Amino acid sequence: MQIFCLGLNHHTAPLEVREKFAVPETRLSVAVAELSRTEGLGEAVIVSTCNRVEYYVTAQDGFVGGDLVGSYIGLHLASRQSDEFFQHASADAIRHLFRVVSGLDSMVLGETEILGQVKKAYETAHKSGATSGTLNTLFQKAFNVSKEVRTKTNITRGQVSIGSVAVDLAERIFGRLAQCKVMILGAGETSEMTAGAMKARGVSSVFVANRSYERALALADKMNGKAVHFDRWSEEVHDVDILIGSTAAPHHIITREKLATVMRTRPDRPLFCIDLAVPRDIEPSVNELDGVYLYDIDSLQMEAEHSMTIRKRDVVVCEEIIERHVATYMERLSGVRRPSMRRQSAGDAGHLPTDVWRGDEGTAGHRP
Amino acid sequence: MDRLLLVASTFCFLFGLAYTVRALGARAFRSSPLNFAAILGGFGFQTAFLVVRGEAVQRCPLTTLPDVLVFLSWSIVVFYLLIGSSYRLSLLGAFTSPIVFFFQMTALFLPVRAGEGVELPVSFWLELHAALSVVAYGAFALAFVAGIMYLVQERQLKTHHIRSIFYNLPPIHDLATANRRLIFVGFTLFTVGLFAGILNGPAHIPLLWFVSLGVWMLYAGILTAIHWHRISPKRVAILSVSAFSLMLITLWSIQLAPGKGL
Repeated sequence: MQIFCLGLNHHTAPLEVREKFAVPETRLSVAVAELSRTEGLGEAVIVSTCNRVEYYVTAQDGFVGGDLVGSYIGLHLASRQSDEFFQHASADAIRHLFRVVSGLDSMVLGETEILGQVKKAYETAHKSGATSGTLNTLFQKAFNVSKEVRTKTNITRGQVSIGSVAVDLAERIFGRLAQCKVMILGAGETSEMTAGAMKARGVSSVFVANRSYERALALADKMNGKAVHFDRWSEEVHDVDILIGSTAAPHHIITREKLATVMRTRPDRPLFCIDLAVPRDIEPSVNELDGVYLYDIDSLQMEAEHSMTIRKRDVVVCEEIIERHVATYMERLSGVRRPSMRRQSAGDAGHLPTDVWRGDEGTAGHRP
Repeated sequence: MDRLLLVASTFCFLFGLAYTVRALGARAFRSSPLNFAAILGGFGFQTAFLVVRGEAVQRCPLTTLPDVLVFLSWSIVVFYLLIGSSYRLSLLGAFTSPIVFFFQMTALFLPVRAGEGVELPVSFWLELHAALSVVAYGAFALAFVAGIMYLVQERQLKTHHIRSIFYNLPPIHDLATANRRLIFVGFTLFTVGLFAGILNGPAHIPLLWFVSLGVWMLYAGILTAIHWHRISPKRVAILSVSAFSLMLITLWSIQLAPGKGL
């Protein structure tokens, strides 16, 4: 039995193609069971997310297996879509799975959601009786590899979006956010998203102040918070831990003088100011006040980019870990099924041209 | 036997130091169960060392500078184990191990000749005074560590350079709370220790009494500033670091001065 992977993802196909081939969650267990019962195939796992649809199967001959999967999903090999599919066999399929679960193949490098999605896909397949020895071992190994990659490298380090950077910083200042109170000045989209991310991390209450009280009420209602009249925000700010500014005002709304007065009443309680407005709502010199930490849109963006740089820097280390595990896994496989594996070269199947798709082993995936 | 226990304990903290150096090299601090286990092991050997020394000198083992350094290290670890877990300041362990290792290495290499040490009468109050004072120094030492961590974290957050090797420092608010509480606990113990010394009668070493009073006034001043003048956590951290550094320099100077004694 060889391990084979056929699929398409955000690297190879646009959304309109991906959505066409996506397997709905409600159909997943039926589909994977059907696939595993297809003659010539052994086991099967289908990973279907918004960024990828991938079929992992075992077959006597990997590329014939690919053909069978192609037939199952109704893919006409000569059609345009076949160019948007990739296929990997043997070591390449294993490597691909390890990279996927480790977040190396994700749209946002190092994201962790994919691990949960693959686990769920595997569990569905397992419950449907579509997996046994080979894929069970492979997926368990993949989850272990993912754990090692994430714990031994910086691939998940930091945050890579403005909202999540802001939340991360808030946690570095306050620890758990359960006791924190957030105030939003200006009901903008970015501030709503940032406050939403804070709310998701458990902040105790959200105050919304906006020039239009109706908009403040609407947003407060949406966030289970409290609307505040714009001219009274400074009265409420004394009890706030995180202040988000995103008004359209042409001048600074929050001045150093105002915040200095606030901070005198609460010297041992930090205040995290997030300025998402352009032009800025918060006077930059407030950052010089003891206990006040000011981040504007540029500094948050820079932090997000820096986290991405760190993640990218560690990709090589991640690949080394994965390569080591692929090698040991292959050794283990070849120890058991050496004749079968010898037929399959270690070459890269990669993204194959249409003629290769037919499973012509003479050329398929055997690039030097 | 006691020396072997001290060597074993120091090895445990050497592991902690190696972990810190490795984390510095890898530019990624993470709390590690192995590091915590090393600290626990080091603590066990420290305790055994102090028990053996206590039996040997038939009193609280604070008669030589090496003993005092080990007792101080032990106090630091006790506070780390108490405070660290309460505030999830596991990273404090990474900072604690190097300090404890330094103190214990000094204790190991200090030449102690037979008969050397302070010849003081055996007295419950005197021993209580000495023990509580050293435990209080342990709290002040850990406040010093928390203070440094606070200042590093504060600087990173202020300058928007939150990307250094100390990426995983504990939340700044927790560090501020830990710092204040450690100063308070240390001060309370030190005050009780000072009273125990007064109950013991006239001072045997007047210079040390003078220094003890100075330390007490220093930390009393910091606590007054915290509670009555409501100074910012940053200033508390600066004061905590300065006070402990000053105390260390003073005690070291006294130890090196002619006619020294503990």
